[in-house]
Amino acid sequence: MTMVLNEEQRFLKETVNGLLQKHQPVTSLRTLRNSDDELGYDPGFWQQLVDMDIPSIVMPASYGGLGFGYSGLGAVMEEMGRTLAVSPLFSTVVLGGSALELAGGTPHRDLLPEIAAGKLTLALAIDEGHHHQPRATATTLTVANEGLILDGNKVFVLDGHSADKLLVVARSAGKPGDEYGLSLVLLPRETAGVNVQRTSLMDGRNAAIVKFNRVELGPEALVGTLHEGWSILLQVIDRGAICIAAEMLGGSLEVFERTMAYIKEREQFGVRIGSFQALQHRSAEMYCQLEQCRTVVLKALSSLDEGCRDISLHASMAKALVNQCYAHISNEAVQMHGGMGLTDELDIGLYLKRARVSMQILGDTSYHQDRYAQLMGY
Amino acid sequence: MTSLDNFRLEVRQWLETNCPESQRQPIIKEEQIWGGRRRIFPSPDARLWFERMRDKGWTAPDWPTEYGGGGLSAAEAKVLEQEMQALGCRPPLYEIGLWMFGPALLEYGSEQQKLEHIPKIVRGEIRWSQGYSEPSAGSDLASLITRAEDMGDHFLVNGSKMWTTQADKADWIFCLVRTDPKVPKQEGISFLLIDMASEGVSTAPIELISGESEFCQTFFEDVRVPKENLVGELNAGWSIAKRLLKHERKLMSIMEMMVEKEDETVVELAKRYVGVDGTGQLRDNALRTQLTRHLMNSQAIEWTSYRLFEQHGQVIKDAGLPLIMKHISTTELQRKDELILAIMGNRGLSLKDAEYSHKEQRLVKNWAYNKAQTIAGGTSEIQLNIIAKRALDLPGH
Repeated sequence: MTMVLNEEQRFLKETVNGLLQKHQPVTSLRTLRNSDDELGYDPGFWQQLVDMDIPSIVMPASYGGLGFGYSGLGAVMEEMGRTLAVSPLFSTVVLGGSALELAGGTPHRDLLPEIAAGKLTLALAIDEGHHHQPRATATTLTVANEGLILDGNKVFVLDGHSADKLLVVARSAGKPGDEYGLSLVLLPRETAGVNVQRTSLMDGRNAAIVKFNRVELGPEALVGTLHEGWSILLQVIDRGAICIAAEMLGGSLEVFERTMAYIKEREQFGVRIGSFQALQHRSAEMYCQLEQCRTVVLKALSSLDEGCRDISLHASMAKALVNQCYAHISNEAVQMHGGMGLTDELDIGLYLKRARVSMQILGDTSYHQDRYAQLMGY
Repeated sequence: MTSLDNFRLEVRQWLETNCPESQRQPIIKEEQIWGGRRRIFPSPDARLWFERMRDKGWTAPDWPTEYGGGGLSAAEAKVLEQEMQALGCRPPLYEIGLWMFGPALLEYGSEQQKLEHIPKIVRGEIRWSQGYSEPSAGSDLASLITRAEDMGDHFLVNGSKMWTTQADKADWIFCLVRTDPKVPKQEGISFLLIDMASEGVSTAPIELISGESEFCQTFFEDVRVPKENLVGELNAGWSIAKRLLKHERKLMSIMEMMVEKEDETVVELAKRYVGVDGTGQLRDNALRTQLTRHLMNSQAIEWTSYRLFEQHGQVIKDAGLPLIMKHISTTELQRKDELILAIMGNRGLSLKDAEYSHKEQRLVKNWAYNKAQTIAGGTSEIQLNIIAKRALDLPGH
């Protein structure tokens, strides 16, 4: 268990930081937002990530993986969180790629090189209600004749409006609440009976509501084993929760550093406001919280790399603690910036909004607190 | 296999052979081994364990051998600590001289002072107390007024010190004293060692809210102290004091690890007092969430202290990281105590009634006692000031 990045991982982090400063600063997000960009991300930037082989970082070496591991990928996510960069990396690689890799089998695993080459994007359609509750999945998958029929509605499908293919969690057996009976299917977004409604979220990223109206699929659409999708899904959720926590950590660090810079400079009553103890103590508390979150994220990433059996516990800790941290720090950032914190001109509000959206991705704080308690047996 | 792995194996074998079974049980306060001229061993096993560790110098594993220490490297000392933890070995000696005074004397003391005092600490022969705070000097320690007048061949000390740890049982006390009242307050303080047996020294225990009285007020009335008991230069005591406070903060986290290991986890305690439903879930949902928050936080703190350790000797360091440990660990410890009280409900309200079990009373006592954690060794507010200044570089007033 190590929580210190090695030299290669540090170099990767610095390189990505340089790329983001140059090609994907916060103004890029503003441009996408203000133009209501149809794709929701800058394909040129995605190509740059592909050119740097970022998508294959966590793929098994036989698929061109680089061996930086999740600690390396987490470092990339953290840097992207700093500039609020938008890309298919999370949905396509961390969620979709993981599921295909874990499911194995030729038709799907063969797609990994296409992902690595930037030729294929994916979206995971998992949530159905107002909150993340994967066991409650009610969308049905029925085996009929030689094929499958998919029927139901999905919400908050990240990148669902633009991804080439959708990876859908559906129930083929059992009842909502059961782990058994969940299955995964992969289908092109543009399949007959699939209705995609883009939803533009307040953080400038895009998601979609996707409706499947008795969509007919061939048997090859099935990813993994029928009824046994949970074992894959669980790992996908853990990886996703940890990586999104890494991104959120980056955002928290950035908005905190910007706030510290501001209170060191802003003067009222003839002094710099950062000299007030009321602000100093709150700032110091935030620093304590951030360092603990950094620890937990580094630890969770290294657990993924080491295949630790407590991954789910670590994932829930990371997501729950970082959720609370980002919420708190983005609130304090607005407050400490005073009136300026309320303006759209300053970037602070963008972090505030990103925090809220990210907090809902793959489980809010209560979800992960409850999951942790269940895993701990109380 | 690296030499450190070899060392680990040796240590493990040695501990297994030499640590008596009874000394591998969770420590309780009454069985702690304290040093000093008037030391009493709680049991023959405790004495054996202490003497074996003492003879290897492992009461102070990483101190130099020329002063009686174990001479281990930092990495080896960590291995020893880990192996002791793995086997559940009790600390062989509880001593302020080990945790705070010794490290500072090794750094600032004269050769003669080190030879005189350090081996006696390692061997548990002398028990030390600390004389820092005063009735009118708490967080603003530098405003202390206990004075030591230069009388030519000796100092004459007058004043009183608060929160002198177990001074009624200590043999010696290290004190901060005012040696120059005319200069700015930090520049007129010296670091002086005083034999508690000197004429004019007296102590009065301070009873605490926990019902214990581990601390004393210590009075000095025309106490003659030999000149050679001055550590460092005259009027240069403040820098030693600051260094020592750092050790004290470290001590606070050591102390936290050394609190009596409970036979039940908080989770088990909660299940017993609050009850569970048919699915094994705690009956009180709000308490369940509070418990989760505590477990996550304390795990995060434990990992953070490991992360800090991992950074020893690394190029990349988070310079601010060591500054947060005292604050975050003591704050969480208090949250844990509050949680335990909430879990016990009306069973967690008595410090002495025989209706309540020894354990229930002990948990209440811990709750009250641990209120000191965020005050002693630099209050949380002072810690936050330090973080703001040194880690965040926020402007002064």
